[in-house]
Amino acid sequence: MTMREITYREAIREAMSIEMRKDTSVFLMGEDVGVFGGVWGVSEGMLGEFGAERVRDTPITEAAIIGAGLGAAMVGMRPIVEIMFGDFLMCAGDQIVNQVAKARFMSGGKANVPLVIRVTTGAPGSAAAQHSQSPESWFMNVPGIKIVCPATPADAKGLLLTALRGQDPVMFYEHKMLYGESGAVPEEDFTVPFGQAAVVREGSDVTVIAVGIMVKKALEAAEALAKEGISLEVIDPRTLVPLDRETLIRSVAKTGRVVIAHEAHERGGPGAEIAAVLASDAVEYLDGPVLRVAARNVPLPYSPVLENYVLPDAADIIKAVRSFWAQKGA
Amino acid sequence: MTQGKEFLLEIYRRMVLVREFELRAIEERRRGLIPGFIHSCVGQEASAVGACLALRKEDVITSTHRGHGHLLAKGGEPKYMMAELAAKAPGYCKGRGGSLHISDFDLGILGANGIVGGGFPAAAGAALAFQMRKEERVALCFFGDGAINEGTFHEAANLAGVWKLPVIFLLENNLYGEGTPQDQASPLEDLAIRASSYAFPGVSVDGNDPLAVYEATQEAVARARKGGGATLVECKTYRFRGHYEGDPQVYRKPGEMAEWMKKDPIPTFREKLLKDKTASENEVKAVEDGIRQVLDEAVAFATQAPVPQVEEALAGVYADTHNGLVF
Repeated sequence: MTMREITYREAIREAMSIEMRKDTSVFLMGEDVGVFGGVWGVSEGMLGEFGAERVRDTPITEAAIIGAGLGAAMVGMRPIVEIMFGDFLMCAGDQIVNQVAKARFMSGGKANVPLVIRVTTGAPGSAAAQHSQSPESWFMNVPGIKIVCPATPADAKGLLLTALRGQDPVMFYEHKMLYGESGAVPEEDFTVPFGQAAVVREGSDVTVIAVGIMVKKALEAAEALAKEGISLEVIDPRTLVPLDRETLIRSVAKTGRVVIAHEAHERGGPGAEIAAVLASDAVEYLDGPVLRVAARNVPLPYSPVLENYVLPDAADIIKAVRSFWAQKGA
Repeated sequence: MTQGKEFLLEIYRRMVLVREFELRAIEERRRGLIPGFIHSCVGQEASAVGACLALRKEDVITSTHRGHGHLLAKGGEPKYMMAELAAKAPGYCKGRGGSLHISDFDLGILGANGIVGGGFPAAAGAALAFQMRKEERVALCFFGDGAINEGTFHEAANLAGVWKLPVIFLLENNLYGEGTPQDQASPLEDLAIRASSYAFPGVSVDGNDPLAVYEATQEAVARARKGGGATLVECKTYRFRGHYEGDPQVYRKPGEMAEWMKKDPIPTFREKLLKDKTASENEVKAVEDGIRQVLDEAVAFATQAPVPQVEEALAGVYADTHNGLVF
């Protein structure tokens, strides 16, 4: 494959464009996705190529955006809908939880719902409590939805193409602070399967299972700790539903120590599920507690000083890793 | 407008089918065949039948918790419906949905709905798909006077207005949202005027007259097919039974039920068929006997049908299970 450097934002745009060129049933709709190019710039230029029918600006109407996506999907379209802040998903809560997620099951398997809900996640800096949340785990408790959290430009492209070619509703969480990150991405059409975690960095002492932007922070922590002779293995689940339990367990079997890192709040976050999986299926390998590095359990504050205190970063991962030896020494 | 005999008899046949289906379902629930909720539409047969007769097979509907009439009027098979109510394997949803979730995608029935107002956005979305593909199809969204106060009505109606979507909002105003009278839930008497907020037509018709409903819906459908956008059709009607079977109905206004019983759509239409000499007593009876036989067969089918295999509970949440990682 021909690799070149593009941003996470460009990778997502490329995946949408590839599929929209191939398949006329694919279209994008959402608030300001057309003329504006999306408030995050993801669909910039797509209006010119695909026209206003298929790159469709909507009113500010989240329940109708997601519900209309469902209706269009059920009669043969493959809609992509963009929700510009994950925080706004709750305006469409019933549509996601009671309509989209359950349509196939309730209909005895007859409803096809190839709907991709692209949604931003994470704190972009001083956006405060209603524009900074990481709602990945909100819908993990709702069977019927797949939950995808790309951490790199290449995964963003490959995972989105998988989402666009499936028959199931997918919530695709794009971290706002990753949009500008560059990385090597195949120029060609390629897919990354769901349910396959990536071993992003091999290591031997501690497994860090990192979600979304925390993959980047885990790699920073791994670099720093390598200098002290501590070897981190960084695993990115890539999809939370389905979850590749096997790769997580295999890594923990090797290292015996695990830190789970995500930007979502600690309580009931994705790490709670991962920790439970390890507690049930990998407990014999564990040489210490399952630790979580996550946002503290308060709404995201506005002040940078407060926000930094609440959000997890590489230093928190380092601290958690060191604690394994601190406990041993104590 | 004059209508042919066959058409008028078809109206009668479908209305009797809906009424008798409901009464049989209620009876079978009492006898223990049906484990779940029933929200019957007894009294509201004319709006379901009049509206669906204005549709083609390829048009779609979204339905409600009070949806048996809509499904039957759109062509749903009584035996698969009864089997679904009985939670049996050959039911429409393999026993996973029940009364509140019956769908038949081959017949354009996108599903009943357990959430009041849950179906508005999907109806708009189906209409959007038809418009984008330049198909002359419409989506008809059944809902009640309770649902019109949900936010989803506003969101979907607004989309339909701004995009001129081929959707018909078919309001069955039965005067009660669950147990609360409509005049306590909205300051409006004619809810059809809400359409003016979205710049599409709204009409109120006698919802117990299937021909009035048919004509209003047909006009709306014809406009939608030609690219003229949405319509709100309000059918004024009344439900003769509780919100759900078992509802004590303490909220009814005195004398109201007796007044509406005089306007029961089925005997009223029957009398009209006879008075206009459209059909003879024997012909009308033959329709009624035919329906009874259909329902006997449906109940027998549902009774004898097997229950689902328990493993079925863990199948069909997703199309792609990623080697069993999800069900």
